[in-house]
Amino acid sequence: MSDQVGTITWISGPVVRARGSRHVGMLELVEVGADRLVGEVIGLKGDQMTVQVYEETAGMQTGAPIYGTGLPLSVELGPGLIQSIYDGVQRPLPLIEEAMGSFINRGARFDSISREKKWRYTSRVKVGDEVKGGAILGVAMETDTLEHRVMLNPDDSGTITWVAPSGDYTVTDPIAKLKMGKEEKTVTMLQRWPVRRARPFTNRRPANIPLITGQRILDTFFPVAKGGAAGIPGPFGSGKTVTQHSIAKWADAEIIVYIGCGERGNEMTEVLQEFPHLVDPRTGRPLMERTVLIANTSNMPVAAREASIYTGITIAEYYRDMGYHVALMADSTSRWAEALREVSGRLEEMPAEEGYPAYLAGRLAEFYERAGYVDNLNGTQGSVSIVGAVSPPGGDFSEPVTQHTKRFIRCFWALDKSLASARHFPAINWLDSYSEYLEDVGAWWREKTGKDWLTMRNRAMELLSEESRLSQIVKLVGPDALPYTERMVLETTRLIREGLLQQNATESVDAFSSVEKQIRMLELVLYFHERGMAIVKKGAPINLIHDLPVVDTIIRAKSTVTNEEITRFDEIQKQIDQQMGQLDAEYRS
Amino acid sequence: MSEVTVQGGQEVVGVGRIEGPILVVEGGANVSYDEVVEIQDSRGQIRRGRVLEVGEGFAVVQAFAGSTGLSIDGTRVRFLGTTLHIPVAEEMLGRIFDGLGSPIDGGPEPLTDRYADVNGQPINPTARIYPRDYIQTGISTIDGVNTLLRGQKLPLFSGAGMPHDQLAAQIVRQATLGKLAGAPPTEGEEFAIVFAAMGVKNDVADYFRRSFTESGALTRVAMFLNLADDPPVERIVTPRAALTLAEYLAYEREMHVLVVLTDMTNYGEALRQISNVRGEVPSRKGYPGYLYSDLASMYERTGRIRTSKGSITQIPILTMPNDDITHPMPDLTGYITEGQIVLGRELNFAGIYPPVAVLPSLSRLMKDGIGKNRTRDDHPRWGAQLYAAYARTQDVRALASVIGEEELSDVDQKYLKFGRAFEREFVNQSFTENRTIERTLEIGWKLLSMLPKKELTRVTLDEIAIYYKGDDASN
Repeated sequence: MSDQVGTITWISGPVVRARGSRHVGMLELVEVGADRLVGEVIGLKGDQMTVQVYEETAGMQTGAPIYGTGLPLSVELGPGLIQSIYDGVQRPLPLIEEAMGSFINRGARFDSISREKKWRYTSRVKVGDEVKGGAILGVAMETDTLEHRVMLNPDDSGTITWVAPSGDYTVTDPIAKLKMGKEEKTVTMLQRWPVRRARPFTNRRPANIPLITGQRILDTFFPVAKGGAAGIPGPFGSGKTVTQHSIAKWADAEIIVYIGCGERGNEMTEVLQEFPHLVDPRTGRPLMERTVLIANTSNMPVAAREASIYTGITIAEYYRDMGYHVALMADSTSRWAEALREVSGRLEEMPAEEGYPAYLAGRLAEFYERAGYVDNLNGTQGSVSIVGAVSPPGGDFSEPVTQHTKRFIRCFWALDKSLASARHFPAINWLDSYSEYLEDVGAWWREKTGKDWLTMRNRAMELLSEESRLSQIVKLVGPDALPYTERMVLETTRLIREGLLQQNATESVDAFSSVEKQIRMLELVLYFHERGMAIVKKGAPINLIHDLPVVDTIIRAKSTVTNEEITRFDEIQKQIDQQMGQLDAEYRS
Repeated sequence: MSEVTVQGGQEVVGVGRIEGPILVVEGGANVSYDEVVEIQDSRGQIRRGRVLEVGEGFAVVQAFAGSTGLSIDGTRVRFLGTTLHIPVAEEMLGRIFDGLGSPIDGGPEPLTDRYADVNGQPINPTARIYPRDYIQTGISTIDGVNTLLRGQKLPLFSGAGMPHDQLAAQIVRQATLGKLAGAPPTEGEEFAIVFAAMGVKNDVADYFRRSFTESGALTRVAMFLNLADDPPVERIVTPRAALTLAEYLAYEREMHVLVVLTDMTNYGEALRQISNVRGEVPSRKGYPGYLYSDLASMYERTGRIRTSKGSITQIPILTMPNDDITHPMPDLTGYITEGQIVLGRELNFAGIYPPVAVLPSLSRLMKDGIGKNRTRDDHPRWGAQLYAAYARTQDVRALASVIGEEELSDVDQKYLKFGRAFEREFVNQSFTENRTIERTLEIGWKLLSMLPKKELTRVTLDEIAIYYKGDDASN
């Protein structure tokens, strides 16, 4: 099925040069050497082609053949993606294990989507219907709760001439026939799409619904909108992966695509072993039933790491096209950038900053621009939100990947080593982080909770930045030198930091906070502040406020009050009223 | 090991260019990328090398022992047609090998027909078992707050002149499978130890050898030594050879293997040297752009797989140049490994052993190996509380250095006392002291009891009721 298009002339790591046909296309998928390793053409010059190989090239010889396929690097799309775990070029890792044992050998070729498994398919079109690209032809239940909407390839359109009756079909069985111009085309549930080409949509919509993650520092303080893009940069040990895992577990997206790009093997194993046992609070089904995993760990071939990001985003777009909200985690985009750098170095391209190629910014932009809240071709609406981890060398945010990423995201969650050292998790620094979605999602909060979230959130941020200023003074002269009103600010911000911002991902009650719980906690802390401030202004010493038993109650509320018992916050508020009331009475004079 | 590879292979007489340890060999046909070569100099001496790049009619070869004495016309290069393999056998425990895996203890070549590729192969993430069994090292700063699990890779970040070797030796000597706090001591399952030295001084290698002898562990240790005066290029292979044996022992012989690699900084320098000679585009501090992937190809050879009871636990040791944790070697290592144990210069000056700087240290897998049914229910929160309190101590110390201790509030004074006691009683222990997990927890609670109850927001009220021993007066 594939012809020889060249002979290898040069090999260095994942980069191979060959001489041969002038008809090979740029970015065409090729098979390299006798083992037919997967590769992609990344450069052409006369009859010379440069190929990056997605597998280990040790043992490959010059003079070995290269075979063309005539197709660009593509992924298979269809029912069966959910719950899969793939490598960077969409090879199913469980099948590789079955065939080759515990270690990944070269030259493994497997269908990405099972050809045997049957899906109950129900057609949604009838003979004579005019259908355009992206149209929903029918549905198959991919899991008990997830409806897989089988769509016409975006590039096709025509008149339906035949539809399969409802029944069980494999992804390669015909489910419809289509008259396109003069020819008739058979449609199956399976389609292929080139990974480097964004799937088309009708138009972008404003992103003004927050992606709720259950993480208080994110939802309440630095929200990302559905269809938005966020970056989490941080030095090692600051909790990038834990944060990514928390979002993957609790985000209110219908589909999660998790890309482990050049990261640890044990982390992927953790996800694999944990997600099937965790229950999605919204559907009551295991979290794995909404998850697609792409695992290209740090010791797997580096070129496939480069491809893994595109494989993931293409799968995410496919589910978006069905009308779903998809959240994509990429951990870590720095490893992806390093893969670009390594290949670029082997091509002896002129480096720009720190050895990275000059096109780094362009590639990052292309990737993050594939996020969006859109009107799909078939009239549904869906979104892809991207959360990209960044691993800056030495934790220095001035390095190229962090800096370029900042240009293309609108939400920046800066992780902080010193917070992590004090075991303040998530170690997201509230003074360095920002979200440009605040105004956009304000209306949603008002509608959902009936409360003025943005004003409260800004008030809390104001107190926190006040705290930062005051702590500079405290460092010089000690807290006793501050007036009571300023020390009241410090009392409140301690509640904000320990009661709100800190969140324990491993504790069942605290791991996920509902929107209602979050806003109620925020409200309570601010209420505490207003009452306390009023009393302190009357001359009450600050230590009386500090010693109120309710302080401890508020700090512990995150792990003692569950999402279902929001009314218990009313009791805490009563305790504030009662204890503050007593003080108030004492200092009324 | 030469007997596997000698048959076959073409020979080329004369080389085109020699630059440092790199030779450009012209005229070979069908040379494979990454294959092993034997290089014979004009006096008939043989050294080994490896193909780094192949082109039409030429190959770039790296000579492990360097190029001293090689000439353009008098050098013969024989391509062996296979990647670098070493013999692997259980009887290699108790033996000493050079950096390429040949015996240097005067004994015979290991008797085996199992040869394994030193590059190994990536473990399929679906074939792994997530590590959950903790290793009791008897050292409070590790067991208590940075717990090591079987199948974890946890490096020691140190600096010149600090006792990282002693600490590593103590871990090796004391490591046993962890038990529930309070469980009666049992004969712990012993680890097989694979030790790789890259560019360390003879004394260091000797220190480990003596330490293994004294603890009676020598018969279950395999040592791979590339010392400071050995060819630097060999260092690229040494850790890989060690890990290849470790993989065989863990995944085929079902043993629990502890791998100690020292000093990874020297490994990085050897890699940089070769990259430099080849004229590659450097990234940071002259290190090649692929340093991360290269380190990962070794560190990721740690873990457990479903088809074997065995495990590989890695403790790489790095001396941070100028104690700089942002240097590419510790930095990239930290991004790959599952935490790090950092040694602190100040603690070392203060005479505290082991001088583990608790705040920058971390064990990522700790959360999955401790707590209920593993150590004790309160352990995770207890650990977080100790961290938080000790972090607060640092702030208080900074404040005290400005305004003086007398000016501190009562609570801050207590933190100051807590901090001192924490370093002297919790961190500090003797080289021979092997603390049980319950002892470590007990010391921690004793220290926490120096603080007012109100400050302990990370532990639960129930736990305070059970374990808090202070009088909590005047908070």
